[in-house]
Order: sequence, then C-alpha cells, then structure tokens
Amino acid sequence: MKVNSERLLGMYRNMLRIRLFENKAIELFASQKVPGFVHLYIGEEAIAVGVCACLTDRDYITSTHRGHGHLIAKGGRLDLMMAELYGRASGYCHGKGGSMHIADSDLGILGANGIVGAGMPIAGGAAFACRYRGTDSVAVAFFGDGASNRGTFHEALNLASTFKLPAVFVCENNLYGISNRQSHHMNVNDVSDRARAYGIPGVTVDGNDVVAVWEAASEAVDRARRGDGPTLLEYKTWRQRGHFEGDPATYKDAAEQKAWLARDPLPRLETQLQEFGFADAAAIAAIRAEVEAEIEAAVRFAEASPQPTARDLLIDVFAA
Amino acid sequence: MTQMTYMEALRDGMRQAMKSDPNVFLAGEDVGAFGGCFGQTKGLYEEFGPKRVVDTPISETAIMGLATGAAAVGLRPIVEIMFVDFMGVCMDELFNNAAKMHYMFGGKTAVPLVVRAPCGAGFSAAAQHSQSLDAWFAHVPGIKVVAPGTPADAKGLMLAAVRDNNPVVYLEHKCLFGMTGEVPDGDWEVPLGKAEIKRHGRDVTIVTWSAMLGKSLEAAEILAADGIEAEVLDIRTITPLDTEAILESVGRTGRAVIVHEEVRTGGFGGEIAALIAERGFDLLDAPIRRVTAPDTPVPFSPVLEALFIPQAADIVRTVKELF
Repeated sequence: MKVNSERLLGMYRNMLRIRLFENKAIELFASQKVPGFVHLYIGEEAIAVGVCACLTDRDYITSTHRGHGHLIAKGGRLDLMMAELYGRASGYCHGKGGSMHIADSDLGILGANGIVGAGMPIAGGAAFACRYRGTDSVAVAFFGDGASNRGTFHEALNLASTFKLPAVFVCENNLYGISNRQSHHMNVNDVSDRARAYGIPGVTVDGNDVVAVWEAASEAVDRARRGDGPTLLEYKTWRQRGHFEGDPATYKDAAEQKAWLARDPLPRLETQLQEFGFADAAAIAAIRAEVEAEIEAAVRFAEASPQPTARDLLIDVFAA
Repeated sequence: MTQMTYMEALRDGMRQAMKSDPNVFLAGEDVGAFGGCFGQTKGLYEEFGPKRVVDTPISETAIMGLATGAAAVGLRPIVEIMFVDFMGVCMDELFNNAAKMHYMFGGKTAVPLVVRAPCGAGFSAAAQHSQSLDAWFAHVPGIKVVAPGTPADAKGLMLAAVRDNNPVVYLEHKCLFGMTGEVPDGDWEVPLGKAEIKRHGRDVTIVTWSAMLGKSLEAAEILAADGIEAEVLDIRTITPLDTEAILESVGRTGRAVIVHEEVRTGGFGGEIAALIAERGFDLLDAPIRRVTAPDTPVPFSPVLEALFIPQAADIVRTVKELF
C-alpha cells in the first residue's frame, strides 16, 4: 500500500494537532492554568500518527505518561482532553485523571498510564480478548526505551509471542530514560534486538519520518490481524522537551539538539508534502490555521467548564 | 443441596459462571490439564477446552495484565495467582491499574476481573507460601476482597465475584480445601458485602472470616460449656465491609473480639476495631480485643507454625478476659 495524498495530509493534520495542542500546554502549564505533571511528546508526533493511521476504532492502544500524542492520533477529542488537563468536570475523566490518565473506551484507548511500562501487559490482555472473540482487531502498546528494561516488557512479549496474540509493541526510543542516556540504561543499541529473545520480528525505523513509521506499522498490524503474532517496532526519535515540563534537560548537549531539531518530523513532512505535490505552502498554512482555531476552541471549552464538586470526589470508585 | 468440599464448591462456582457467560474464562499457571496446583480447576479444561481454560507461563505480571486488559475490553477473566504471596510480583497491575481505571478514567471503564489467590498457613510452606495479606488489598479503593470460610460461601461468593463489575480478590484458604459442607445446587450467589451470623449468641461477638471462622466456632463451643454464648459473625467480604451487621451484633452482645490469621500490625482487624470504637463505643461493655497472628513471617517448623496460627484456645482465653 502506497501513501496517498489524502492519507498523508490527514497524518500531517494530526501531527500538527499534537504539536499545537502541546505548545499550548507549555504555555498553560507555565501560567499555572494546568496543574500537576505534564510530559510532552513534541518531536515524536510521527510515531503516534503513523501507527494509529493503521488502526480503526475497533483496535486498542495502551499509552504512556507521555500520552497526548497517542490519544490525539487515535481520535481523542481535543476539547475533552484540554478540559481534563485543566482538571475540569467536563474533561475526559471529569477532572480525576489529568494529563497522565486520559482514556476513551469508545475509541479503543485503554488509557495513558503513569507507571512506566504498565501498558504492555494490559495490551496483551486486550489482544487476548480480540482473538477470544474471533475478531481481527489488534492491540498496540506504546512505550519508551526506558520501559523496555522493565519486567512488564519481557513478560508481555513472552506471553504475546507464546500465545501468538494480535499485538504490536511500539517502542518510542527517544534515547533517554528521564535523564539517563540509552547507553547508560541498556547494553544494546537497538531495542528491537530484544525481539529475537521472543522469536518475533524486531524492526528499527526512523521515527521522525511518518511515511516510514506508517509503512513499518502497516506490516506489523497486518501480520497481527492475520494471526501471525506480535511484532516489536522500534522507532528512533528524540524528545525536544525535558522529561516533564520544568525539567531543564541539562543532560542533553547542544550538538545533539542541533542534529535532532534538524530532523524535526513536522518540517520534514511539510517538505515531503510539497515534493510529492500533495500540498503547497498555502494549503499547509490553511491546515495550520484550522488546527490553531481548533486548539483555541478547546481552550475556550476548558476555561468555560465547571470545576468538579465534592460529590465527584466520592463517585465512581466502583462500577455499578 | 449437595455435600461437597470447599474446593469442589469453589470449582462449581467457576463452572457455573463459565456455563452462564461465554465471556468468562480462566487463566493461570497450571490451571489447564494439570488441574491447578492444589487441584482446584480439575476437570474444567476437559469441560471447557483450551480456549477458556488457559495455561500461562510462570509470569504473574503478564497474567494480571492479561486479566486487566481483557476485562477492560469486556471479558470476565478469572485468573489464578498460585499463592497470594506471589501477588507482590503483579501488584502494580492490580493496584495501580485494574483498581483505579474506573475512577481515574471518569467512570467509563469497568474492569470485571476475579483474581483467585490461595492464602494462609498450615502446610509448613514457610514465609513465602503461607501468608494472609487481606488488608493489603482492602487498603486500595476500587478493589473488592472476599474470603470464604465455608464450602457454600466458596461457591456463592465466586459466582457473585465473577458477575461484579470490579476487580475482586478472592482469597481461598489452603487449609479449607478439604472442608465439607452443604452447598446449594445450580446457579447460586452470595452477595458481596453481606456478613452472615454463623452462630447466634448473646454474650460476645466474635468477628472473623476465612479459616478463623472454624477456629472461632470451635472456641464458641468451648465457651458455651462455660456458660458464655458467643455470636460468631463471618464477614465473608472484607471490602466492602458489612459495617451494619457488625454494629448490630455488637449492639446486642456488648463485647467484640476480632479474630484473623493476618499478622497483628495493619491487619484488617484494626479497621474493624476502629469502626466499633468510632461508631459503637456506647454499645461496648468491655474493651475491643483482637486475636491475630504475631508480627513475624510465617515460620516453617510445624511446632512454630502452630504457635503462629491463632488457635481456639487463644480465642477462648481472650474472650474470657472480657468477663
């Protein structure tokens, strides 16, 4: 399958929605309108968008603490997300989850997650359910290089490969586990090498090239849908911000920053769109204006939303 | 009614749940053709097949994640963690994920899973295969905890647990597996959150659950011979706790002794004592007392283990101190 104009423009729009949503989150966090912890995905947008372009609402994802991008790429609503970042009653979680805990079961989003590496075993369970029900749905787990050191990664890959579950494990290798460079936290260069231990394909791909991301994900998702079992995809990327907002990221050096900013996935895609003849500068500017308006509307929705009440504190501990 | 063992009743509960709902499946280490470490799942693999009775790797984190993810998308898993002591391996999946998803996602995600965990001392299985950790689970909002002490409750609580829309920790006591009793036939539930008076009495309320139910009933017989009529209240469900049943009974007897196999510090008995002290202080004619295991790991030696486990004589002695 070749990427066509409509599909690539759709991916561009979604990447831009993530970028501008998070640029707004930076501003709102700095002005103390958004409380708590905010972990940003800026620089990694091509991965969520390229992978989720292979999925439908009947497929499942598990996300991470750095989850805005996955949620938006899987179809999450910006207004409900923004209201949740504000902690308002009209947010996705009625103000009880915040940035790290947004989910939308109608869209197959099984949740962002504040525990590094927690999503992979849960995705295994969702993948088990897909097969149990005899559907061709799949479950995708997003996680980082740091999470690939956790037992959850190894237990989930072992179970999924042994059971041949329709799962795809997507490692977003942004080269840092919080402040620790990859070379300080694991003894391999490519996380995808770890697939060999489980007898499944492991592929390393440029995570800042959305077309490459999408092509590799298409193959892995198709393989899972066919019943041929899981794949470990490793996308090399780089987070442009600190681990969390407020982290000055002094552990990164200037040369590295220069090299990776030159590979920023958004300008790269803008160039590709023009090279392929899919969009000119005016068309790109028009998309940007539409997305900016969407973000502003989400902020207005959040700011007009009520605060949760004392009643909200005590409800929904248990499901009826 | 059929006479059966606690283990047969527990298995019958699982079988009824699986027969009545195709979304119910069973997974865990050696639960398949092997039939479970103690034999709890014997015959279920033959009856329901490998799709619904699933042997897993020795991989508790993957097992609990399997249950959490499958439940979050609408199945009703029953998973077995071979010993409750192994729950530490997969506690994150249970207490940070399954337990919290409903609340932290704004009430839209339900996680209807049952995790069965054999608990308790009495086999010389020592410190890593013998614990009672009831209060661990009870401490986390979003988890329900049941601990049947009779064959009938083993079946009825299993069916209710599977049909509940929340994570339920089902604590099956290893020493009760061979206990026999009358068990209602067919599809029969014991509602979660309902205590049951297992022996009526007017002089003192013994609040207990799981294997300590039997010890408490034994103690009550000894006490009766000495003229003290003990009421034995089996809470059956640890959370949500049937607070009204406790206060109602203590209101009639004026005395409360709490008996559990957990170690003393942080054991769930402290919570029950606090409940009675806060809401029933005026009902009391004597101080609240606890009979518990000591604050030690479970020892190996049969001699030491018998000293560790609360015995009927300990309960009798403690009750008599209140008169």
